[in-house]
Amino acid sequence: MFEILGIPPQALFGQMLLGLINGSFYAMLSLGLAVIFGMLNIINFAHGAFYMMGAFAAWMLLAYLGLGFYWALLLAPLLVGSFGILVERTMLCRLYRLDHLYGLLFTFGLALVIQGLFRQEFGASGLPYGIPAEMRGGSNLGFMFLPYYRGFVLAASVVVCFGTWFVIERTKLGAYLRAGTENPTLVQAFGVNVPRIIALTYGFGVALAGLAGVLAAPIYSVNPLMGSDLIIVVFAVVVIGGLGSVLGAIVTGFGLGLIEGLTKVFYPEASSTVIFVVMALVLLVRPAGLFGREG
Amino acid sequence: MPHDRSAASLLSVSALNAWYGESHVLHGVELDIQAGELVTLLGRNGAGKTTTLRAIMGIVPARSGSIRYDGIELIGLPVHRIAQHGIAYCPEERGIFASLSVRENLMLPPRVGPGGLSLAAIHELFPNLRARQDTAQGTRLSGGEQQMLAIARILRTGARLLLLDEPTEGLAPVIVQLIGQTIRRLKADGFTILLVEQNFRFAAALADRHLVMEHGHIVDMISGSAIDSNMDKLETYLGV
Ligand SMILES: Nc1ncnc2c1ncn2[C@@H]1O[C@H](COP(=O)(O)OP(=O)(O)O)[C@@H](O)[C@H]1O
Ligand SMILES: [Mg+2]
Repeated sequence: MFEILGIPPQALFGQMLLGLINGSFYAMLSLGLAVIFGMLNIINFAHGAFYMMGAFAAWMLLAYLGLGFYWALLLAPLLVGSFGILVERTMLCRLYRLDHLYGLLFTFGLALVIQGLFRQEFGASGLPYGIPAEMRGGSNLGFMFLPYYRGFVLAASVVVCFGTWFVIERTKLGAYLRAGTENPTLVQAFGVNVPRIIALTYGFGVALAGLAGVLAAPIYSVNPLMGSDLIIVVFAVVVIGGLGSVLGAIVTGFGLGLIEGLTKVFYPEASSTVIFVVMALVLLVRPAGLFGREG
Repeated sequence: MPHDRSAASLLSVSALNAWYGESHVLHGVELDIQAGELVTLLGRNGAGKTTTLRAIMGIVPARSGSIRYDGIELIGLPVHRIAQHGIAYCPEERGIFASLSVRENLMLPPRVGPGGLSLAAIHELFPNLRARQDTAQGTRLSGGEQQMLAIARILRTGARLLLLDEPTEGLAPVIVQLIGQTIRRLKADGFTILLVEQNFRFAAALADRHLVMEHGHIVDMISGSAIDSNMDKLETYLGV
């Protein structure tokens, strides 16, 4: 068996795949944050809680209604996204006239409340959620072993991320979003129902987090704190990529997952901190982030 | 004022007040525009012309009074509902979107009524826009082209009342001329136009009537035919 830089290829590619899987979650979550920030000017600290709710929704759909993974893939984002729209219409929309800080504090508080409620109900130890039967196992590609479910997560994330990018950059709906991000007042003065677009945008970003939660349920354990652990890394990803760009969020998410995976191979001691090191370096050189707009 | 208010107006504004936070900018604006009329709003910088257009459109922070359009009261309606009644706004700062291509900028405003200009008719009016429609960022256009785009995009929508805020500001004479021709053509097509202008020589050649604004209210009205005999008075109003 040949080696690459003294590392067996199975280990190298295996870790790269794991890195890309983590990157899939970073990308989906930071994409939602970027879309929400663009349209609402709010840094959605509740994003991790919505991700967790997606995973719990999948678990509950199965436990209470007997609806399996594929149903969850469809229903959980709808449920969580609807909850997001409810939050936006009843609470968040009252904060737009105020400083950014209020939106941040509100969503931070909301995350704590949601987490607390789930912890109260389900405990902190975590609930099991199985990999769907058709996607158990994997196959040996020669240079690496590919577990089917992980391949599915990666593919699903790529499709969802680039589908979102396509809608925003290439369609009429996306033109409303981009224009609304620049000058919502003028877009509304053209007769577009901007408040509705804002609510739907928030719902969509939240639904993306919910979808990521469903995809995560079979890999990581379903527990009330799963979101708060992940969201810290995701905010570092957002700082690195900059909040300005949809493509930036996607590329940075996958890229940093990969960097994290490679660090695990070459210098495992640093694997949990490498993203924060990159963040510090980027902040020194380009404070607005790699894809952010300066000023 | 000599103008007959009893004739059914398309737009009828009365006792319009508007505020930016604590600052009270419009103090009881009264104006009426008949369907098909071209009326200019003249006045010095800071008189409240832009704010008047913004208040009609519903995009000032606070307003009171009455704005009736085609018999419908607009005060209290959300901004997008006002636009959907057939009113279109071309802002002083033009409002071209950097993240939209020229084509996307042109196609952005949704239809609000029947009878908007076709894309072909718009390209005939503004050949530059056809040539530059694939430009990826609307803001890459020259100032004159951006102004054409800002006017063009509201002609597609079927809106019948156009609120144009200083469309010739800062533009080269040939472009001012082109915009003048366009506005004349739009009037001939039956659009109703409320035009804010600093350049009253430009406005004089186009308008049916001129309203003069000072300190947040309308202080005089001069009919288009009487403009020559009122030049001195106008120059005093405008401080030119
Ligand atoms: N966004 C704003 N906030 C506070 N005051 C404003 C704002 N916009 C305009 N004003 C004030 O309102 C008055 C009228 O402005 P404006 O309607 O723009 O005048 P005009 O278009 O006739 O030059 C001015 O005194 C101006 O300083
Ligand atoms: Mg003005």
